[in-house]
Amino acid sequence: MNHLVEYLIRGIPIGCVFALVAVGIVLTYKTSGVLNLAFGAQAYVSAATFYVLRDPARTNWPMVPALIVSVLLLAPALGWLLDRVLYRHLRTAPPVAKLVTSLGLLVAIPELVKLDFLLGATQKPRPPGIATESIVLTLGNIRLDGNQVVTIVAAAVSVGGLTLLFRATNLGLQMRAVVESPRMTELAGVNADAVGTFSWMLSSFFAGLAGVLLAPLFGQLNSLDYLTLLVAALAAAAFGRLVSIPVAVAGGLGLGFAQNLAAGYLNDLLPEVLATSIRQALPFLALFLVLLLLPGIRRTKESTDPLAGVDPPPPAPVAAVRSRGLTIATRVTGAVAVGGGTLVTATLLDPFWLRIVTQGVILAVILLSVLVVTGLAGQISLCQASFAAIGALITAHLASRMGMSVLLAIAIGAAATAIVGALVALPALRIGGIHLALATLAFAVMFETVIMPIDSVNGGSRQLRVPRPLLFGIDFASDKAFFVLTVACLCLAAGAVLLLKYGTTGRFLDAVRGSEIAAASIGISPGKAKIVAFAISAAIAGFGGGLLASFEKQMGSTTYQGNFSFVVGLVWVVLVITLGSRTVQGAVNAGLSFMLFPQLLEKGLHLSGSVAQTIAFALFGLGAMTYAKHPEGIIDAQTRRAVNAIMRRLRRTRVGTPDSDPEGKSPTVVAPTSVSAADLWGSP
Amino acid sequence: MNSADGTPAALLEVRDLTASYGPFKAVFGVSFSVPGGRATALLGPNGAGKTTVARAISGLISPERGHIWFNGTDIAGQRAYRIARLGIAHATEGRSVFASLTVEENLSLAFRRNAKRAALAAKLASAYDLFPRLGERRSQLAGTLSGGEQRMLSLARVLVDPPKLLVVDELSLGLAPVIVSEVYEKLALIKTQGTTLLIIEQYVEQALKIADDAVVMNRGEVVYAGPPTTADELASHFLIGS
Repeated sequence: MNHLVEYLIRGIPIGCVFALVAVGIVLTYKTSGVLNLAFGAQAYVSAATFYVLRDPARTNWPMVPALIVSVLLLAPALGWLLDRVLYRHLRTAPPVAKLVTSLGLLVAIPELVKLDFLLGATQKPRPPGIATESIVLTLGNIRLDGNQVVTIVAAAVSVGGLTLLFRATNLGLQMRAVVESPRMTELAGVNADAVGTFSWMLSSFFAGLAGVLLAPLFGQLNSLDYLTLLVAALAAAAFGRLVSIPVAVAGGLGLGFAQNLAAGYLNDLLPEVLATSIRQALPFLALFLVLLLLPGIRRTKESTDPLAGVDPPPPAPVAAVRSRGLTIATRVTGAVAVGGGTLVTATLLDPFWLRIVTQGVILAVILLSVLVVTGLAGQISLCQASFAAIGALITAHLASRMGMSVLLAIAIGAAATAIVGALVALPALRIGGIHLALATLAFAVMFETVIMPIDSVNGGSRQLRVPRPLLFGIDFASDKAFFVLTVACLCLAAGAVLLLKYGTTGRFLDAVRGSEIAAASIGISPGKAKIVAFAISAAIAGFGGGLLASFEKQMGSTTYQGNFSFVVGLVWVVLVITLGSRTVQGAVNAGLSFMLFPQLLEKGLHLSGSVAQTIAFALFGLGAMTYAKHPEGIIDAQTRRAVNAIMRRLRRTRVGTPDSDPEGKSPTVVAPTSVSAADLWGSP
Repeated sequence: MNSADGTPAALLEVRDLTASYGPFKAVFGVSFSVPGGRATALLGPNGAGKTTVARAISGLISPERGHIWFNGTDIAGQRAYRIARLGIAHATEGRSVFASLTVEENLSLAFRRNAKRAALAAKLASAYDLFPRLGERRSQLAGTLSGGEQRMLSLARVLVDPPKLLVVDELSLGLAPVIVSEVYEKLALIKTQGTTLLIIEQYVEQALKIADDAVVMNRGEVVYAGPPTTADELASHFLIGS
């Protein structure tokens, strides 16, 4: 019993950490309708500024001015900027558009901070806390240091203050009203834009405060740690259905207690490695379970603006109907481009670029999985990199430990990954949209922080050896031969995805994406359709992962860090969605640009590798800001524009008069009921 | 009817109003006026553009062309909250309530701007007096109310705190006939207290009982403006061009 109390008290500081972050997430969601995954990035900005200002080797400011600049000035300014430039225009956008935007920011902001000359060095000193180390509070045999005390006080004050704001003040009421319907709030005489801006400034201030307060938790200041902490704290926020601040705080404390209880009791019962893994996995498991089981979370679907009809209807993504000649011409061009590109790459490029292009082609295979899950099923999955890693690991184990043929191992890996994908998608039976995205994010972070470090998974300190395949007597050991094989694999995978898209399953998914209720009313099970989509998508990702392992000739912790880390996976998803998640072109272009663009920057502008990578990722992240305007993707938007222009010119020359159809009655542009295969392979 | 300096004498004067939703034009050069202290009925079949006119008046949409004079100032294209502060209240059609707020919070949001804390309680009380059903459900989320109750809530927000000009869109839609009569009694009362009314209504007979003037729209244009004659006579304008 004594132990129990001690474990509980020990859980308070870490519980308050979770609570503080969870409150920040709830605050943003409640006042802006955005599940702000960039919260961690905003926290990182303030924390980095604070410690640069405080750093004795640099400016060496005293504590209070540094705190004022980084938390009281910089953080709200960042919130103001985000609102003015981005979120103000997204206030009535669908939740997924907001999620994609925040994903883009999550990728871009830390990269931009890294670019900052102040933080040029990658090694940052261990961040000191706000409080000096000398303040120590002792409760029996438990010591709390100054920073822990400050965190506890801050959590208590913020929960009190924010609860008061929302329960008792007019401003709090207005902030909640603006999220639901800015227009109706304006009809009550409230300036919705001003209230919305204030909401962002407040939540950004909160992110900055949390960032500075929590920095001493980490050995080095690192945006990734903030993101991991954010995902862990999401469990607490989800427990309060993302809207209840008191429940989120209770959830945070509960997580803290549970972690310490697990640490206390499991160590005696289980082997140490397992006990530690379970303790670390706890927040992610909790998030997954909350999404899977918590009653009522399904009902927390975003309430819609009753005045949404005031907006002009979104422009229908028009499908261009073109003449048969043009369709054949574009298809031939596409085939020639693929064939010619393959030939040129295989014969003319030097070994370095050949490797890069091969990686791009393999990544394109993996990214076809995003086409299935996002493009067809309309869900956002943030764990595609983990699926690819699972495929790679299974391939590596089967090939190196059991001496299985590589191609067979890749196939088995893909099948096994499909099962994992179906399991991860289980919450899809109840939920969709941002909640399902959260479940996948929880899985990705858990895989990286808990499962991947286990020795029997990653193959230990030495990497697992994976051979190149041998098929029909042809040896694909050379890079050139392997490149041809990957192109063949890409064509195979793309063909499979197209068959899926235009087959029954694709139609089912189209229906579910359009309206789950309407789909259910004609006998389609939306949950089943989504799980099938996840399984197929995971299989494709696993297949690509196995291919990549074979290309790299190895798989293990190092390969994982370089290719499959969950942040890399986030960049993939952002890039595909930006370029176009509905088309094969989008996936192929995303794969190639992810690999080629940083290298081109590095070689073309003579930058160092890490700077080129940083610039590329920042640009990829910022690219996601176009999503709200072009949900169909940049490539598709440009293609349609080009095709329409060509069609107009063709018609003009045929009729002999300048565009004689200003009212658009001609069938050049029709409703998007049928999108022909030509649109997928259309001229770029 | 314009005074010497060119500003209109009527409280609300809509002139050459053209409005559209993206590429879709809804209203083509509409002009009419609403004299102060009177009730004007804006009638017409589905798709006539009545709601669009109401939205342009309250600032929910920005008109493409034309002027809307209110009390001597041109409010066309101004932000909705500024127009609301000038004294125009717009009860939008359908279930326009904040589903995630409670009934009481919905009402407070509307009343707080003009009322201090003490006056707020009195206004809430009179709202519950007008619609006792809302009083029973004051701490319930507005999204869980029935359709008729949500309609009551959105009307209570504008009836209790009478503005200078009240625009009511599709007043009787979704309300029980008994309640409709009560609401019309309340409208007549606030009219005597000095509120000007612009009532958009499908239920023509009911609207004509209270109206001092009538405007009939069809296909985005005004086809009749004048005294409220009988419903049968006005109905002939509904058929023009259709």
